[in-house]
Amino acid sequence: MVEDGHHHPAPPSPVEARAAALEALLTEKGLVSPEFIDAIVSAYANDIGPMNGARVVARAWVDGEYRDRLLGDGTAAIAELGFGGPEGEHIVVVENTADVHNVIVCTLCSCYPWPVLGLPPNWYKSPPYRSRMVREPRKVLSEMGLELPESVSIRVWDSSAEVRYLVLPGRPHGTDGMIEEDLAKLVTRDAMIGVARP
Amino acid sequence: MDEVDGVHDLGGMQDFGPVLVERSEPVFHASWEARVFGIGGIVTLQGLANTNKVRHAIERMDPSHYLGSPYFEHCLTAFATLLAEQGVLTREELEARAGVPFPLSRPSQAPPWPRAAAGDGHSRFAVGDRVRVSGAHPRGHTRCPRYVRGKQGIVDRCDGAFTLPDADVHGDDPPVEPTYAVRFDAAELWGEEAESGATVSVDLWESYLEPA
Repeated sequence: MVEDGHHHPAPPSPVEARAAALEALLTEKGLVSPEFIDAIVSAYANDIGPMNGARVVARAWVDGEYRDRLLGDGTAAIAELGFGGPEGEHIVVVENTADVHNVIVCTLCSCYPWPVLGLPPNWYKSPPYRSRMVREPRKVLSEMGLELPESVSIRVWDSSAEVRYLVLPGRPHGTDGMIEEDLAKLVTRDAMIGVARP
Repeated sequence: MDEVDGVHDLGGMQDFGPVLVERSEPVFHASWEARVFGIGGIVTLQGLANTNKVRHAIERMDPSHYLGSPYFEHCLTAFATLLAEQGVLTREELEARAGVPFPLSRPSQAPPWPRAAAGDGHSRFAVGDRVRVSGAHPRGHTRCPRYVRGKQGIVDRCDGAFTLPDADVHGDDPPVEPTYAVRFDAAELWGEEAESGATVSVDLWESYLEPA
């Protein structure tokens, strides 16, 4: 609050002070450099995110042979588009159909396919999502705005080992004339986690 | 309380309430989150941490601290704990610099690996096999979620062989073991309260499994 015409920056919160202390000590000991941290942060803030996964999905929608490769070896097919790296060494792609809907969770921590989706949103890492998605998926999906007919079975994938999952959503109706680049704009992060449909 | 059947093992727990979604959520909510993420990348590259050890350090947090803090505070606590345990820095240095208390995770209570004989590296199971998950509740780090222990499922996919996390955290020479995607019917996991038409697939190391 500014009351006397001068700017008084808020004092750091305890967690801000702790994070700054850790970085400062490690920098003094020569173990980290601020510039290297900047580079890592910039990559995940700007370049590595769900726009990458959207390109993979759109390619699979327009190219049946690519779709087959993607479902056969997700890691290799995703690498064809130039994506790979930490938390993406073993990617399995699971395809939604008229009868089956797939959804991803990590009940033990927050495993997530970074090269194609970036870092996960807070709700994905939260106790409500992690506790409930394996137990009452249809109810949780409904609460999140995705009503699935009873005729559609739900497959939940708990990524508890080394595989990271990506959902291949169904291509929306009425998009037959669209080109790949425009299709990619329809593909949301939530659709590739499986809590929404494009 | 130590890390046995820890608070992080959330699958199936009740009464956490609705999933709260933030619209147009940024990748990092504050600068300190981004700095912690970057520090994690560097200390991992330098061999001062690895994924299994970071997870275990998070699991050793006080349960009330774990549930009451955001993800990047878990990471911050885990990195500081691992660095303190390796003598890279001390809690006193951290607190002197921060000017506030710096809670770290509790020491591990687990006995050293091996707790049991490891396999020979060859896959014991094939797609379609019926398996039962071990009912063991090991002290220390494991990637076998509590909600599938003792439950029966079907092997859906055979994945590669990977370092057994339990042994990576608690031993010096961890074995590499095959992993499997095992599919469980919701009714096997949750009984009469299970939703119809649902399955849960869980990725499990071979020594968590036995033939059913």
